[in-house]
Amino acid sequence: MDRELTFTIDGQSVTARKGETVLQAAREAGIYIPHLCYSDGLEPYSACRLCIVEIDGMRGMPTSCATPVKQGMVVRNDVESVNRVRRMVCEMLIADHPLVCLSCSANMNCRLQDVAAFLGIKGSRLRRMVRKPIVDDSNPFYTRDLGKCILCGLCTRSCHELRGVGAIEIAGRGYESRIAAPGDQPVSESTCTSCGECIDRCPVNALWAKNETVPPTATTTTTCVYCGCGCSLELGTRAGKIVRVRGDKNGICNRGSLCVKGRFGLDFVSAPDRLTTPLIKRNGSFEEATWDEALDLVASTFAKIKQQHGPDALAGLSSAKCTNEENYVFQKFIRAGLGTNNVDHCARLCHASTVAGLARAFGSGAMTNPQSDFEHADCIFVTGSNTTEAHPITAMRIISAVVDPGATLIVADPRRIDLTRYATLHIRQRSGTDVALFNAMMQVIIAEGLCDDTFIAERTEGVEELKGCVAECTPEWAEPITGIPAEKIREAARLYAAAERGSIAYSMGITQHTTGTDNVLALANLAMITGNVGRASTGVNPLRGQNNVQGACDLGALPNKYPGYQDVNDPAIQKHFESAWGASLSPEIGLTVTEIVGAAGSGAVRGLYVMGENPMLSDPNLNHVEQALKDVEFLCVQDIFMTETAALADVVLPAASFAEKDGSFTNTDRRVQRVRAALPKPGEARDDWDIICSIASRTGYPMSYNSPSEILDEIASVSPIYGGMSFERIDAEGLQWPCPDKTHPGTTFLHEGEFKRGKGKFHATPFKVAAEEPDDDYPLLLTTGRYLYHWHTRTMTSRSKGLEEICPPVPIEIHPDDAAQHGIADGDVVEVASRRGVIRADAKVTDRSPRGTVFMAFHFREGAANKLTNDALDPIAKIPEFKVCAVRIGTVEA
Amino acid sequence: MPTTAHIPDLDSVLACHPREESQLIPLLQDIQDHAGYISADAMRAAASHLNIPESSVYGVVTFYSQFYLTRQGRHRVKVCQGTACHVRGAVEIIRAVSARLGIKPGETTRDFEFSVERVACFGSCALAPVMVVNDKVYGNVTPEMAVRLLDELT
Repeated sequence: MDRELTFTIDGQSVTARKGETVLQAAREAGIYIPHLCYSDGLEPYSACRLCIVEIDGMRGMPTSCATPVKQGMVVRNDVESVNRVRRMVCEMLIADHPLVCLSCSANMNCRLQDVAAFLGIKGSRLRRMVRKPIVDDSNPFYTRDLGKCILCGLCTRSCHELRGVGAIEIAGRGYESRIAAPGDQPVSESTCTSCGECIDRCPVNALWAKNETVPPTATTTTTCVYCGCGCSLELGTRAGKIVRVRGDKNGICNRGSLCVKGRFGLDFVSAPDRLTTPLIKRNGSFEEATWDEALDLVASTFAKIKQQHGPDALAGLSSAKCTNEENYVFQKFIRAGLGTNNVDHCARLCHASTVAGLARAFGSGAMTNPQSDFEHADCIFVTGSNTTEAHPITAMRIISAVVDPGATLIVADPRRIDLTRYATLHIRQRSGTDVALFNAMMQVIIAEGLCDDTFIAERTEGVEELKGCVAECTPEWAEPITGIPAEKIREAARLYAAAERGSIAYSMGITQHTTGTDNVLALANLAMITGNVGRASTGVNPLRGQNNVQGACDLGALPNKYPGYQDVNDPAIQKHFESAWGASLSPEIGLTVTEIVGAAGSGAVRGLYVMGENPMLSDPNLNHVEQALKDVEFLCVQDIFMTETAALADVVLPAASFAEKDGSFTNTDRRVQRVRAALPKPGEARDDWDIICSIASRTGYPMSYNSPSEILDEIASVSPIYGGMSFERIDAEGLQWPCPDKTHPGTTFLHEGEFKRGKGKFHATPFKVAAEEPDDDYPLLLTTGRYLYHWHTRTMTSRSKGLEEICPPVPIEIHPDDAAQHGIADGDVVEVASRRGVIRADAKVTDRSPRGTVFMAFHFREGAANKLTNDALDPIAKIPEFKVCAVRIGTVEA
Repeated sequence: MPTTAHIPDLDSVLACHPREESQLIPLLQDIQDHAGYISADAMRAAASHLNIPESSVYGVVTFYSQFYLTRQGRHRVKVCQGTACHVRGAVEIIRAVSARLGIKPGETTRDFEFSVERVACFGSCALAPVMVVNDKVYGNVTPEMAVRLLDELT
């Protein structure tokens, strides 16, 4: 945008964008106007009265934070008439503020000090009325001292306006005013999610992070390792440890914000139980080994199995936690080095149905639009995504669209998730009946003539097939199936169809079903009949779970695709990769994660290489997985911890964590962003790509690179969607694929003008019931998901004491009516059983769960929900039905 | 959502108010009219009804002196502390009332019969010192008269 306005501050010419305030323009120009209650991204508050200025033609002294710039304005800032008033305000603040600067951790980094220094404050003429320290130490991550608080309201405003949490507010009046949680309870009793936004914004250190004891001596900008939001982190390090974590204010995805995991959940990096040497299992127990011993053993065993049983007796699980470069190297090793396409990773368990469904409908399986687009949508349809917990920073964008400018939010989710607080409409379909809901919505849209006929005619094919399929699917038909009143289905359909820019966001609630691909296809149908694809702030947007699950898919850690989604069974493409990699490749599509585990159990797969995955908790029907991994002839695991899976391995290789490596992650926006090493690797740990290269070379397929940068260059040469990527180009803010050449600016949203596959294709998606429904023996429906405070199999988050304290194992959420019926009280230890396993959990009685449905997160080894889940698969995507299985529940003696 | 024991009809009070944030103060006044004060449960219920954070409700309740966070006595005794009343001996009246009831201003007797408050001004300065008991204004009050008024209510 142009800085089209010109005005002066103290005679100096300054430019501004339209709508920018005097304070914002001054900050941009490097001119200091004292202020305490202003912070980027929040509405002006005009409370501290320090940013006052004189403006020709305006009466009194307006606050510069709330005064928009006008062309030709004459502003006086650093003049005695203004500073005299500011000095009085500042003295009043200081009269009320403990002057313990030397021992305050904000010393030299305190906005009140800045103001006082600027104004030349020498003391206060006022009687000191210093408050006693009023310390709230209840939160495991931060401390609050109201004695230091200057009541600028930045913490409360960021909590309400920005994060949509609203845990704290200014309570009382006059001298009694204070920051308080409801009832002046400790903040740990409030709805606080420990995101730390308030700590970042507090100008005086009335709030501080407990883990920040000393200032860092170095700062490294990198990308967060947790979810797919792709937040840019500033890791402050000192003496080999992370001593401070901040959101990068220039981070394009997070604009300085972080969630509790990114900010406070990085203890695992320096955990004492990090793997630091290679381990070989001898006589049932692990013994330390040299790298040479371990690598030789792995390479020779794999070579032997290949020789005796053929390459397809080998398989590898790659990792959505590792970098693009490592995923590329891994699948290249499996394909070119070992000669099989048996390579897959945990995307199979999350968005395989997205990749299958959207590729069929649109030609590309990725999120069509970036997260930032939600802010400009006028209707957002969120289904099967507990966004505030699983993608906290994406949720901020959705909430911001709803709060201002007032977008419509439809949430279709069986559970009363936090996002429903912002929803115009919350409809609660029974788990596993999504297709019935979407078909009924489309029936309404078609019957009421709300389709975008021009879009359908020009951009799509197969609409008649869809119309035939949904003709009978009236809301009245769907009501008994989904449990949603017909009128609500109509309302949802009309709201979405009326949108100028309608955007669909979904996640595991849609994909993890035996009908996962159908669910995705139905959403694609819904978007296409209303013309909501191929434009800004529209689209079908699968929120990707892992930090680099998008990248792992992009780089070919899939059994049917080479890097860049190129088919392994296309002879021309195979030939191309054979010449690029200098090896003959298998034309056969390989096995998926779930099939690999099955094949390991049956003996078809004899050697398994697992890089940074933990199927022993993440896969369905765990008892079956455990047996398979025990039975497999040779298991090599490369990880940063002794995971449940590593414990079953024959060889364990210590890898570097994200904080110790260079490379790139691709976030849910298809944005390829840099990962930069901030710390040395512990002990003898090595980069994942480096380990893989060593093993490949020892199996007779030489692989060597000087750096990850060199690997990305090779990726660019074989994968057209990454064609223009290089470390140099992604350095500042990354690039969104497709980016075919070195001058291409990247692609913000997909399918503009034309779908990747040409015309968008409608698919008929008749409703099918879930593989296992509740019955007399197992009367409750179990659905699984995640909590904000843990990550997947808890390998990383369980190393953070604070996260464990806030979210201890193992809750099961149950509706009050179901609890009463089964004689269960809140806090009871219960036994949960399905046809596949039995676990124990602590009952949490809550109406977040609908009647008849219980909810568990799959994080906890102590009560692993996946011992219960059904390994029935979607026939196309081979994704298991994590979201629906039948269980029974009963109390046990504690 | 558990409702408070003191207002079994909290749900019906809530039902009279549209679910809009602007309804917060009228709703709180209504709750207080029914229950005499605003309990933590009532605040939670109001927040949930209006779909706003509980902290926002708490901020408003603690800002306005018209709202009580604790159960009040059957009889409300308010003694004016405005300038005119102060000059005319309000301090002695407060002292006498406190001594008679055994509670300080801002407190409620254990049997929930009386609550005592200091109030800044009733705008009845011509009658100073002023005391208001159960919304009835008494002027030219003396300590003895204040105690006698309380005795009559006991």
